[in-house]
Amino acid sequence: MNRIRRALVAAIAVGLVKPLAALAAWNKEAFGAKTPAEALKNIGVPNAAASTDVHIEAPQIAENGAVVPIEISSNIPGTTALVVLIEKNPFPLTARFDFKEGALPFVKVNVKMGETSDVRVIAEAGGKHYSASREIKVTIGGCGG
Amino acid sequence: MAAGPMKMRATLGQGFTDVRVLMNHPMETGQRKDSDGKLVPTHFIQNLTVKVNGKLVVDAQISQAVSRNPVFSFRLKGGAKGDKIEVAWADNKGESNSTEIAVA
Repeated sequence: MNRIRRALVAAIAVGLVKPLAALAAWNKEAFGAKTPAEALKNIGVPNAAASTDVHIEAPQIAENGAVVPIEISSNIPGTTALVVLIEKNPFPLTARFDFKEGALPFVKVNVKMGETSDVRVIAEAGGKHYSASREIKVTIGGCGG
Repeated sequence: MAAGPMKMRATLGQGFTDVRVLMNHPMETGQRKDSDGKLVPTHFIQNLTVKVNGKLVVDAQISQAVSRNPVFSFRLKGGAKGDKIEVAWADNKGESNSTEIAVA
């Protein structure tokens, strides 16, 4: 009985609440921006200082632009968010991860890259922004294929 | 394409819990053409959340530049065997899915 009720409640929650909440929470202006500067402005990162405490682990050359593994993390105490931009993609802003108490500022994810580009990661800590960037060479693009 | 199943694994590491989750999703960028030369409309996950024992720990917004059938790894502070980890996503067409497991 309890199981059925839980499943029902979950179905209702997923069906009704989530899409509405999702629409509100997705930053359309920032993700729709076509230049890194515009995307950063819209996601609330006006300027970021270069830092060696923001780490990007990624291959130097990605053979397949459709699947480029990147691992990002921050050693800055109190990091609350990591923002990823692939500067030469049609829509540079790729992701924003907000970390609450209980999560470490670490994410591993596969991304698509249209061409060789700098990948920039910005960490937010205590209202300040720190950035690191790294070039990843792409031999076959991952946007059209 | 309807949302497929999700797979998740959560294991205890050295002082952290490693969460790996795989979602089945086409992640269409809107730039790809089908066999008739028409653009395939965008269809991608926009929001992703990770909860531990019901408490939100990671709240993410992602774009179409995340690869098809996305795989994410997250790390959670500490953690104990049996902690319930829940990952949920919602895409631009209003589809959503979630999965829950206990830390092994």
